[in-house]
Amino acid sequence: MIIHEFIDFETLRVIWWALLGVLLIGFAMTDGFDMGVGALLPFVAKTDLERRVVINTVGPVWEGNQVWFILGGGSIFAAWPPLYAVSFSGFYLAMFVILAALILRPVGFKFRSKREDVRWRTTWDWCLFIGGAVPALIFGVAVGNVLQGVPFRLTEILMPIYEGSFFGLLNPFALLCGLTSFAMLVMHGGAWLTLKTEGIVQSRARVFGSFAAVAVIVLYAVAGIWLTYGVAAFSFAGPVVTDGPSNPLMSEVVHGGSWIAAYSERPWIIIAPILGFVGAIGALLGMRVGKEGLTLIASKLSILGMISSVGLTMFPFILPSTADPNSSLTVWDASSSHLTLFVMLVVTLIFLPLILAYTSWVYKVLWGKVTEKDVIEQSETVY
Amino acid sequence: MELDIVELSRLQFAMTAMYHFLFVPLTLGLSVIVAIMETVYVMTNRPIWRQMTKFWGTLFGINFVLGVATGITMEFQFGMNWSYYSHYVGDVFGAPLAIEGLMAFFMEATFVGLFFFGWDKLSKVAHLVVTWLVAIASNFSALWILIGNGWMQNPVGAEFNPMTMRMEMTSFFEVMFNEVAQAKFVHTVSAGYVVAAFFVLGVSSWYLLKGRHIELARRSIAIAASFGLAGALSVVVLGDESGYSVTHSQKMKLAAIEAMWETEPAPASFTAFGIPDTEARETKYAIHIPYVMGLIGTRSFDKEIPGIKELVEQAEQRIRSGLIAYDALMEIRADVHNIAPEVRARFEEHSADLGFAFLLKRYVEDPRQATEEQIQTAANDTVPQVGPLFWAFRIMVGLGMLFIVTMAFFFWKASVSGMQFPRWSLWLAVLLIPTPWIAAEMGWFVAEYGRQPWTVDGVLPTALSVSQLSIGQVALTLAGFTLFYSVLFVVEMGLMIKYIRKGPYLDTAETEEWFEQRGRIAAQPAE
Repeated sequence: MIIHEFIDFETLRVIWWALLGVLLIGFAMTDGFDMGVGALLPFVAKTDLERRVVINTVGPVWEGNQVWFILGGGSIFAAWPPLYAVSFSGFYLAMFVILAALILRPVGFKFRSKREDVRWRTTWDWCLFIGGAVPALIFGVAVGNVLQGVPFRLTEILMPIYEGSFFGLLNPFALLCGLTSFAMLVMHGGAWLTLKTEGIVQSRARVFGSFAAVAVIVLYAVAGIWLTYGVAAFSFAGPVVTDGPSNPLMSEVVHGGSWIAAYSERPWIIIAPILGFVGAIGALLGMRVGKEGLTLIASKLSILGMISSVGLTMFPFILPSTADPNSSLTVWDASSSHLTLFVMLVVTLIFLPLILAYTSWVYKVLWGKVTEKDVIEQSETVY
Repeated sequence: MELDIVELSRLQFAMTAMYHFLFVPLTLGLSVIVAIMETVYVMTNRPIWRQMTKFWGTLFGINFVLGVATGITMEFQFGMNWSYYSHYVGDVFGAPLAIEGLMAFFMEATFVGLFFFGWDKLSKVAHLVVTWLVAIASNFSALWILIGNGWMQNPVGAEFNPMTMRMEMTSFFEVMFNEVAQAKFVHTVSAGYVVAAFFVLGVSSWYLLKGRHIELARRSIAIAASFGLAGALSVVVLGDESGYSVTHSQKMKLAAIEAMWETEPAPASFTAFGIPDTEARETKYAIHIPYVMGLIGTRSFDKEIPGIKELVEQAEQRIRSGLIAYDALMEIRADVHNIAPEVRARFEEHSADLGFAFLLKRYVEDPRQATEEQIQTAANDTVPQVGPLFWAFRIMVGLGMLFIVTMAFFFWKASVSGMQFPRWSLWLAVLLIPTPWIAAEMGWFVAEYGRQPWTVDGVLPTALSVSQLSIGQVALTLAGFTLFYSVLFVVEMGLMIKYIRKGPYLDTAETEEWFEQRGRIAAQPAE
């Protein structure tokens, strides 16, 4: 096979680094509002009927949205195997909590309205709350830890050994990042609900969504300042080979300095945090003046800006190591082989546009508000 | 067997995977059955078929969601519990998993929402297309997962790269068209069709016994029997194909399934019954059927199938060859920038056996320091536990034969004998509902347990594949998953039974009206 050499290894690695971002952002934009809606469910909807309206705003789409998460996992496995191996075994118990919460969610959606019993339904409502709120928080905690570096080392045969503990993940900076991502997804869920509902539920969603948008702006700013002054960055100490074999131990890395140096090296990346703020402000304004479509778009832009700001700030680092900086995983030494990256790129170029096309079609078919009348009339078929 | 981290991790994988596979086969088969029913509706415009589509669709939905929920664990636990495996083979194994998401699961999950919510929003034909997309996508999903699993059984299209200490893909086409993967795919989806057919047959038979929903039940039996007969025939015939491909890729697994200790002169006999004794390496009270094994395994009269004792000797030789590769590898890694051509040549000559040297890692940190005794123990380790495999395989095959007979009977009664089913046969159909699940789980048990001590056959031992976690961590998640899954299982079964008791409840008025117009017996209304 020669064909894959038409795209050089270095370029493929950068493309796959960008695609990793696309998948995370796709996940946060789509499944993100499902999680936000879950987290808001007990608060924006009080009666059973209101809750069914809220659940049915995401009822037909959560399954597809959740695949962004599954696909994210699969793509990390295929394109960044060391990242897959190190992060999920390192964050072992945190991953278990996320999986348990995410398993509750599908079951909650599907099973909640299948029995009349009040206790049954209330229990599932709180399961949906957990399924939304807990992952929203933990994903941010994980990002906070990645920015600070994670205590792992690779042995001689590249076997990952994690030296930290579950509670070590819950450090102050990581918790701040957790709250930021929680606020971000609640804002997004609020934006979705103002678009898809009406009446009292909509006005409650507007209130919670606005508070969340304010929280996003404040928390994101605080996290940015903390990152600048309080978190040590990572950088290469020696020469960097960008198209060499994927073996992290072959390069030298030092731990020190500030991540903010990236902004003097690549000033254009400032656009990402600006987008994060502008989007959140836009979502806040949109909710105040009642432009629901614009609110959702602004909220999406905010997510786009915030998540890409993390990736762009850290580039080329993906998962730095505090225990042994030389073990750090970077774009240049933690990817799959040249051939695998190429094959996966071809497959992605064929199927990702298709996915976007049919997903848009499904959203179009389901366009419009979900009302109490809809739920009553189709009580037997909807959630 | 003491429970170390390897055993605990295996137990957790076995539990979560086998639990996942309670729901997957029903999704595979029922999605197709529902799509067939809706096709009949669109072609004939008879409301009863729409009612059937919606009724079986409801049960499909309750089951589907647990398949999705438990699938989440599957996608992530390779990284969580098998991190060295993930590093070592992610370059090859990750690709089919990711493609499954891109090509199949995304489509399935996106359209399944429209299947339930789109009845009033889509035209008839558009809705039918949506239903078929769900069915096709779920089957494609199985294809890619089995390409992944097939590679673990028969790792083609990849080679070891000493610079990155892992297997890397050399040919995507070889991975994709791996004969083991293709045989497993058809075998597995056929098994799914059998599971779903028995489910529909059993539930419908129960309705007939209770005298409820007669019209729905009869039509459902007609579909289930024809679909189930095709599925049952295919699962056995293609299972044989699977067996044939195992013969040349996984000789040890085959010998263990057959409890074949010695190499017999061709064509080998098939052991129909016996009590294998792994310690003594013999099978007591064996009943042999001459020639059959040789014919199934080699499709010839003159090719030998090697027995376990001979394969252990081969394994020992491969360990010794693997040690040469390991030694060369260490030399290469000591100074990656100056590799002597002689060392590289030595490595490449023996690199196919590198995995066998890793078998020694269980006993000694540096395999090169292994004693003769340790080499002998490691060679013996290549023999999986014979007894459980021997029996699991025979239970699976026996059930497969039973499925063919049962489905043929119902097919004959439904088509030739004018839908007259004796009551005993209806009771039998109800009782048989769980059996295809047992057969399917046995099949996976044989495939995975029979591959031990390897995660990737001949390439990476299971003991080396696990994450470096503490016993406490894995014990905690194992207990957590077990408890959590058990609760979900009880809830799911409760809902299934509730909705089966409730019977068809959608479109009842239209369906009844249609029957009255046709001057036939009205369909039974819901309770």
